[in-house]
Amino acid sequence: MTRAARIARAIFVAAMVSFAASGVLAAEAVPTEQDRATNARAVALSEQLRCLVCQNQTIADSSADLAVDLRRQVREQIAAGRTDSEILAYMTERYSDFVLYRPPVKAQTILLWAGPLLLLAVAAIVVVRIVRDRRMTATPTLSDDEREHARRLLDDDGDQR
Amino acid sequence: MNRKLLIPLAVFVVVFGFLLVGLTLNPREVPSPLVGKAAPAFRLARLHQPAEQLSPADLTGKVWLLNVWASWCVSCRVEHPLLVELAKSKVVPIVGLNYKDRREAGIEWLAQHGDPYDVSVVDADGRVGIDWGVYGVPETFIVDKQGVIRYKHIGPVDAAAVKNKILPLVRQLQAS
Repeated sequence: MTRAARIARAIFVAAMVSFAASGVLAAEAVPTEQDRATNARAVALSEQLRCLVCQNQTIADSSADLAVDLRRQVREQIAAGRTDSEILAYMTERYSDFVLYRPPVKAQTILLWAGPLLLLAVAAIVVVRIVRDRRMTATPTLSDDEREHARRLLDDDGDQR
Repeated sequence: MNRKLLIPLAVFVVVFGFLLVGLTLNPREVPSPLVGKAAPAFRLARLHQPAEQLSPADLTGKVWLLNVWASWCVSCRVEHPLLVELAKSKVVPIVGLNYKDRREAGIEWLAQHGDPYDVSVVDADGRVGIDWGVYGVPETFIVDKQGVIRYKHIGPVDAAAVKNKILPLVRQLQAS
């Protein structure tokens, strides 16, 4: 091996060793228990908030600029010690109830919440009425035994009485 | 005629009516809860004079418009000539909120298309935009003399909006 080649090999080995070492040093920080809790809260909140740019996505799903900014806001506010309801209130103050995927129950939304029950009640009333009508108008039918019995009574001409 | 047959017809008419009204509504226009509330405070550097700042409090006593714009915003170009025209009439001061933009890009855009703004301020990370409930640039707000938001227009303003809504409201607020 020539001298030049030996030097080149030495440099190569040194480079590999330092790369490996830097790899060890750059190991990812282990997330603490608190980070995990914060993360879970941030995701849960983001999944309740509508992205106003792409209206059928949550800000957790959307990659719109505004969604990214709002996710950042959620995280910052969690870090600042705000409660979930405070963060949701912060969002509705700015973007109205529309930002909530789950609309609050209030006078304006009562039809939305009670509507399905109302429809169910109407359907139940209709069904009950139909069934009752049918029972009233149904012609009574006789079983074969009853028919036989009736025939015998009629054929007797009432002589036995 | 059997009255019972009228019930499905009535249901149909009601549903049809709701759906017909629904067709004329724009789901992208979310009514702002900020209308009727005090304009959210900010203190931002000016676009052309970064050393100077502006806050809504500086404009107390005046009726003014806040127009949210950006050089990357395509529909801002649509409304821009109208704003330039409005600025020329000097009816109402217009403050530009340069939203999530680079300063140089914003300055260049104004040089190219005309600058209708009495002042533009820089909201580089969009935080003030969030405080104002901005979600679709351009947006235009009318703020009264007491610093209360009176109107919000989402999307590019058109000639009809300026003539029928913005100008009458501005004049009314200035007179009060």
